[in-house]
Amino acid sequence: MPDNAFTRRLFLERSLTLASLAATVPCFIERSALGMLGNPLLSSQPGVPDQRILVIVQLGGGNDGLNTVVPYGSPDYYNARPQIGLRAPGAAAQNGQQAALDLANAQGIGLHPNLTGFKELYDGGLLTVVQGVGYPNPNRSHFTSMDIWQTGRLDAKGSGWIGRYFDNTCNGTPIPEGAVAIGRNAPLAMQGDIQKPIAFESPSLFRWLGEDLHRTMKDPYDAINRAGAVGGAAAGTQREFLMRTALDAQVASDKIRAAVAKQPLVQYPQSGLANQLKTVGAMIRAELPTRVYYASMGGFDTHGGQLGTHANLMRQLGDAVLAFQNDLKAQGNEGRVLTMVFSEFGRRVKQNASNGTDHGTAAPMFLVGPSLKAGVCGNHPSLTDLDQGDLKYGIDFRSVYTSILEDWMKAPAEAILRGKFAKPELIVAKAKA
Amino acid sequence: MANPLQPLAKKDFDYAAAQHLLNRAGFGGTPAQVRALVELGLDDAVDYIVDFKGEAAGPTAAEFRGIMRGETPEERETLRRARAAGDEETIARLQGERQAREKSDREQLAEMQKWWLAKMISTGRPLEEKLTLFWHGHFATGYRTIENSYHMLAQNAFLRANAAGNFADLVRGIIRDPAMLKYLDNDENRRRSPNENLARELMELFTLGEGNDYTERDIKEGARALTGMTFRGDDFFFNQQEHDPTPKTILGRTGGFSGDEFVSIILEHPVCSRFIVSKLYKFFVNDAPVPPKDAGDAVTRLAKDFRAKRYEIRPILKTLFRSQHFYAKDNRLSVVKSPTQLMVQTIRSLGTPVREMSALAQAGDLMGQQLFQPPSVKGWDGGRAWINTATLFVRQNVVVYLVTGRRPAAFDWDPSELSYDVSPLVAHLRDSGGGVDPHEAVRALAAFALGGEPAPERLDELDRFLGSLGGTVTDDRVKAMLCLIGAMPEYQLC
Repeated sequence: MPDNAFTRRLFLERSLTLASLAATVPCFIERSALGMLGNPLLSSQPGVPDQRILVIVQLGGGNDGLNTVVPYGSPDYYNARPQIGLRAPGAAAQNGQQAALDLANAQGIGLHPNLTGFKELYDGGLLTVVQGVGYPNPNRSHFTSMDIWQTGRLDAKGSGWIGRYFDNTCNGTPIPEGAVAIGRNAPLAMQGDIQKPIAFESPSLFRWLGEDLHRTMKDPYDAINRAGAVGGAAAGTQREFLMRTALDAQVASDKIRAAVAKQPLVQYPQSGLANQLKTVGAMIRAELPTRVYYASMGGFDTHGGQLGTHANLMRQLGDAVLAFQNDLKAQGNEGRVLTMVFSEFGRRVKQNASNGTDHGTAAPMFLVGPSLKAGVCGNHPSLTDLDQGDLKYGIDFRSVYTSILEDWMKAPAEAILRGKFAKPELIVAKAKA
Repeated sequence: MANPLQPLAKKDFDYAAAQHLLNRAGFGGTPAQVRALVELGLDDAVDYIVDFKGEAAGPTAAEFRGIMRGETPEERETLRRARAAGDEETIARLQGERQAREKSDREQLAEMQKWWLAKMISTGRPLEEKLTLFWHGHFATGYRTIENSYHMLAQNAFLRANAAGNFADLVRGIIRDPAMLKYLDNDENRRRSPNENLARELMELFTLGEGNDYTERDIKEGARALTGMTFRGDDFFFNQQEHDPTPKTILGRTGGFSGDEFVSIILEHPVCSRFIVSKLYKFFVNDAPVPPKDAGDAVTRLAKDFRAKRYEIRPILKTLFRSQHFYAKDNRLSVVKSPTQLMVQTIRSLGTPVREMSALAQAGDLMGQQLFQPPSVKGWDGGRAWINTATLFVRQNVVVYLVTGRRPAAFDWDPSELSYDVSPLVAHLRDSGGGVDPHEAVRALAAFALGGEPAPERLDELDRFLGSLGGTVTDDRVKAMLCLIGAMPEYQLC
């Protein structure tokens, strides 16, 4: 009997590898053999690590850019925000409110006092602040503006920009777990025509819950779902497709749950975003085939009494991203990962009557990683040359996407974004040891 | 070559065939319902379903109302004065009122999603709801863009009223539908600044198919024909001043065409009926990437018929549902269930409790189908696009939820403690002593739940499972088996 059991398990494991390879191989063959830009040498270029990863952090609700990157050098800032303006670096704390952290003294800009995490990354040459990012004819609806950012199109229609990145680089074969969103729903940004994202709120739910019903349930379930393509279904049929996907799902579930079961190499703070990034960090460490991860935090729609609320959000954001970066460094994966932080819009220059701010336009983006031209990119938008009380953007967000797609993901940005956009110099190919 | 649309021999309309019809033309049914269809016989069964002879049971939409409206002239004036005077408080108040309306409108949409699901679960006219869902995906309109739940409801009622009627009426109606006019920006399609969005999708997605024998120029000219077609409040409005009456050339014909004339020109194009029939075929018959050999022949014949019958939908559905082709082995279990089909069919055929409607709406969203919110104007891709490693777990877990009450999104149990009576599924298997043979139970449950016999080796695990528990078939074990069958990859097909 033991022999029999052994053979059976071996057979299972072998079929497992075969079936899950079947779906991933074409894309990687395509990538390494032909290169994504038709350059056969691309993947073997020195200093260009294979399997680069993009992590997107979405701040939902419209983050107040002016209290994130604080233009303390401008009196107009304090005139527009008498109650909620953050004081210049070095000023004494008042009512428990700390002064801004200095970022670029010559430009008179600083960081929110709670963004100590970002400050540390900035000082370490790992953070780029891209100032005044927006787009023409800004839309102030949360949904529409978010769709504009996620589709990369001003009409907010069609597939997502990350989805199109996959569609353009994977010739008809999606990568299982190529695009992973940690959260209840997969964002539009990751929806392609070919590549579809997967989303799960917590790895513990990325599995069959029926096994909790009774201890006898797991074995038959596994046998049914891990039969893979050897289960007797003819190639190309609907049944074969489903059996193969069922096996892939089991493999992915095993890998992801094994990954997050491991103690991370650094301590993460307690927050929703930190938990999401901890999961992302664990998955990167476990070498999952994922190329783009998506994490998000909400609550940025600060229409009233925003000082305290926004301070909490800034604390969570900065600390979570710093812990994540430290984790990547401890793993030795720092050089493979670029993190991008964005929100659908900034907020009005003037505070409103309830010590909050209403929906606005341009705002800063943040990029984190060792391959960046670290520092401040672009100018702080003028606080006096306004468009109906709102900031005018200086850098189109699709320019930032272009830079990330071409210089980080090595993908054809023009085809993906369906347009050519000026490319700011954000990423430098530093040969990292 | 034999005509694949030849009617099925009457004697071949057996239990499995009737179940196939009920799954495809509706959302499945109980063993008793399947038997009733067999007794009706092929012709009457198809008539019963396609002529909507059942009762349109289900919740009414009477409680829904119009919430979103533009600002009144008074509000606009107040806002203008407040802005001029820098009166932040008034501006904030008006904004607050608007946000409150938006919030209750979103809440109403959530109620509408549950309402429609409930209707699909309880209706005696399943094909009516299934076709409404088909047209919703075809004339896809998303709430998030139009932000007016009442207009989505009106569109839903329009699609339902014409679901099995005439395709030309559907197209003529949809270019007068406020939700669609807003969604594709035709309210901004003006004589001096035409907006091509509706004209483009009308040809590309609604009637002819992408690049099928029309040009960019036809789109531009067609857009001019549609100028002035807009809405006021909840009603269609033709704005004569914004309409461009000057000559246009569309698909080779020249005239000062109106929007309706533009539609007539498109509908006369021979590719239209084939495009629509192909889409119906994928939805009702087979959505595998490589369809069976005689699929093309079946589609060609149906398309010809559709055109000859001037786009009447019922006759071609009857021909299809009576055809040998529809019941051919290649076309059994060859459609991937949509998330809605998966949930509604599980409830209607296995007879599980409905449980919490909001949990089902949420599960639908997680599986990629949120009613009233298709992902884009292309609608849902359907077929294999429904399935990936994450949606597959949700699909398996939603069956566990329906059968046992264990919620898919959390570890708690359904507090309503609805009991699930499985006896209709096994009653016919009981011997004189009330016992059920386990071997027979496995086969009967799997064949019924899956809509066909699975490969024999796929049942071994279920036999082993039941055997490991001592072999007695209790209600709890039937439920456990249904959870396992619902977790079989084969369960995703109908």
